[in-house]
Amino acid sequence: MEVLYNVLINPFVEMGSNPAFFIKVVWEGFVAGTLYALIALGFVLIFKASGVFNFAQGIMVVFAALTLVGFHALGIPAYVSLALAIGVMLVLAISVERLVLRPLVNQPDIILFMATIGLTYFLIGFGEFVFGGDPKVMISQELGLPRGIYRLDLPFGRVVIQKLDVAAAATAIILVAALAVFFSKTRIGRALRAVADDHQAALSVGISLNQIWVIVWFAAGIVALATGIMWSAKSDVSFALQIIALRALPVLILGGFTSVPGAIVGGLIIGVGEKVGELYWGSLVGGGIDSWLAFFIALVFLMFRPQGLFGEKIIERV
Amino acid sequence: MFYREVGQFKSSYAADQSIFPILQDRLGVAAILAIAFVGIPLVGDAFFLNAVMIPFLIFALAAIGLNLLTGYAGQLSLGSGAFMGAGAYACYKLTTYFPDTNIIVLILLSGFAAAGIGIVFGLPSLRIKGFYLAIATLAAQFFLEWCFIRVSWLYNDNISGAIEVPTRKVFDIAIVGPTATPLTRYFVVLGIVVLLTWVASNIVRGRVGRSWMMVRDMDIAAELIGIKLLNTKLLAFAVSSFYCGVAGAMMVFLWLGAAEATSFSINVSFQVLFMTIIGGLGSLVGSFMGAAFIWVLPIFLRAAPGMFGVSINSATVEHLQFMIVGALIVVFLIVEPHGLARLWRIGKEKLRRWPFPY
Repeated sequence: MEVLYNVLINPFVEMGSNPAFFIKVVWEGFVAGTLYALIALGFVLIFKASGVFNFAQGIMVVFAALTLVGFHALGIPAYVSLALAIGVMLVLAISVERLVLRPLVNQPDIILFMATIGLTYFLIGFGEFVFGGDPKVMISQELGLPRGIYRLDLPFGRVVIQKLDVAAAATAIILVAALAVFFSKTRIGRALRAVADDHQAALSVGISLNQIWVIVWFAAGIVALATGIMWSAKSDVSFALQIIALRALPVLILGGFTSVPGAIVGGLIIGVGEKVGELYWGSLVGGGIDSWLAFFIALVFLMFRPQGLFGEKIIERV
Repeated sequence: MFYREVGQFKSSYAADQSIFPILQDRLGVAAILAIAFVGIPLVGDAFFLNAVMIPFLIFALAAIGLNLLTGYAGQLSLGSGAFMGAGAYACYKLTTYFPDTNIIVLILLSGFAAAGIGIVFGLPSLRIKGFYLAIATLAAQFFLEWCFIRVSWLYNDNISGAIEVPTRKVFDIAIVGPTATPLTRYFVVLGIVVLLTWVASNIVRGRVGRSWMMVRDMDIAAELIGIKLLNTKLLAFAVSSFYCGVAGAMMVFLWLGAAEATSFSINVSFQVLFMTIIGGLGSLVGSFMGAAFIWVLPIFLRAAPGMFGVSINSATVEHLQFMIVGALIVVFLIVEPHGLARLWRIGKEKLRRWPFPY
């Protein structure tokens, strides 16, 4: 009985008794969720256009952030280093397309997946080789990211919100909106959607697959850079950050591999669910459950929709 | 030249269905076994056995386990590291409760504990497929890793949170624990690996293996011709986890001597997956080749600068090693996406036709 009480009733009583804290928890989950959504967005972009499950997205986040900090450490002004980092991501996209994707075209999915794990190892080694393995501080001030806090006085208590979190959420929303416009309004965006629908049909109407792949990897690189800046502004730039990419995987299966809105909604569900679960239920089993809770949330959804919330319905024929 | 089956006639069904139908293959396997059981113990020193042979054999067994699941039954799994951990912790608990039982029996028994856990985490495979399933198996990885840290019962409430292998003797010879010699441990590992490889090769040739391959090729079609998907997929998870579990138990008891949760992290899962894919999906020989490649390559890379008289500091070597391994994996996949086993097969075909090109 006591266990049942602790699981089913007590957490809700706690939520009710301190709503300000509950709102703070949900807000934190929301912010984490937007960042998960950003990483998942990088995955989805690449998966949609090339069918590659890009395991390297996490290390791309770290790599992009490291490049930015690295350029700044050389004495280059912040915004110039930002532009240079974007340039590096373009070079990365071109070389990945040339050296990894093009030779592996038409191979089974699992081989391409393995290749991206190989790419992950390479980027880890390369990043540590060039920038060193020690954690670095993100140049958030130089980039004009806001610091400090907002205080919201609500009728039932005070909620404190980091300005940085607001900026992160805003960036995520702007990025997603920009991508949505890019996908639906521009010529390249339409080509991207055509490739996502059917590679061969896209080829037959004269869309260059290679070019499209470079563009999506570049777009994923920019998303990675934005994620890297936002995430590392909260802690620091280190290779431990790539673990957050693994955290974003349940977001992917929850939202569906091929759906941009799925990545966003999935990210928010996972982010909020993880924080609320950890704070209100985690202590029952000894804490630290956020490492796997997200997977279980996603699994529960998958039991009912095996292709994710927004994934395309899988029709199988013999 | 030498590798030809000319003149070797099969006169019974048993001969026709044997694992190695060609005499040269049988001789080759006998030679490899002779080298493994006699040659290596004679020439190998403790370092070679400890740092190369024992981990190579253990990882080969884990790779076979994953290969049964991914290569034969077509279910992609990223949780093999955790299943290895399940075997290791199960063995630790078993030997705590039954200190007098033969430790080799316990190592094999602990595989069954891993198999049970594997079945539980294999359940989603009935609904979810492909990469969705791969990520779902990550749930097993992270959940079990969390258990290894938080459930203190698993490590007998040690303060260190690690499991340490006690000394266990069979016939007055220390098999596991600090006093066991590398040679004894090598023989035990080799015996178990050979036995389980033989079992695996018979499983995949039989009815079970065929039904796995049917599920791998197309599970709906397999269901239509009367394969029970539930049983087949769960059996694949069970057998695979059994192999991984035994490998994990051996890894702690016969190689590392002590372990904690990080010994079974997701990197181990990836390493085993690399071995399986570099070796060749759906090939047992490939698992050995992949394990040798992935395990020996970093050792070689670490030693290489010293061999050429170049001194680089160890951190740089570490980074370069990551880069080279990553690049080599990509290169390898481009050159031969079907793995070392395919190269091996092509080589054998070439030998049979020699000196003609085709």
